[in-house]
Amino acid sequence: MRVKILYFAALREALGVSVEDFDLPAGVASVAALRECLVARGGAWQRLAAANVKTAVNQRMAGGEAAVGQGDEVAFFPPVTGG
Amino acid sequence: MIEDDGGVSVQQGDFDAGAEIAALASGRADVGGVASFIGVVRDANDGSGVSAMTLEHYPGMTEHALGEIVAQARARWSLLTVRVIHRVGRLLPGDRIVFVGVAASHRGEAFAACEFIMDYLKTRAPFWKREETPAGARWVDARDSDDTAAERWKQK
Repeated sequence: MRVKILYFAALREALGVSVEDFDLPAGVASVAALRECLVARGGAWQRLAAANVKTAVNQRMAGGEAAVGQGDEVAFFPPVTGG
Repeated sequence: MIEDDGGVSVQQGDFDAGAEIAALASGRADVGGVASFIGVVRDANDGSGVSAMTLEHYPGMTEHALGEIVAQARARWSLLTVRVIHRVGRLLPGDRIVFVGVAASHRGEAFAACEFIMDYLKTRAPFWKREETPAGARWVDARDSDDTAAERWKQK
């Protein structure tokens, strides 16, 4: 099962990646589990473990318990600063 | 101006605040008050000068998030017309960033909804500011005071 992952702002810059296609390992079916997979890459990826990193699934804010599966768009980003 | 996009626009270009305010009550006799807010780029932040800023956003989600915030405001207060415009891209001090306009039958609803939309936009809409300062460019940190401002609208 493949998902599209997007990164924004300071996080995108630190990771050097704005978008990637990612094959979900067996058993990975939630935002929290996906996040752990990405943090396990080490180095700058450990930034994703920070509590203030926000997540969205299919362009809606979503928590760690949210399900992820084939074709979903998942995003990781810092706290928002618009307005 | 016809509200064919749920009243929400995300755009690079500037907006005409006077025309937007006039449009909120145009052609209807039930409007008793219009409240509006315009956000402007400052030339300083956190103790250093700011010569420009660039607003990044999450295309698609931004429009959903703003539409959701407007829907929440409409569910909470009796509103007639709502308009939200947020600019993206590179802006200079003095440039307008954001417009929120609300028309209602009574001022209380217009004032409250306008402030609610801004407070929620600040904490829930996926925009990020990067400032250009004499020491280089930096991402703006989120403020706790913005979270506090949004918290106070929570219904018990």
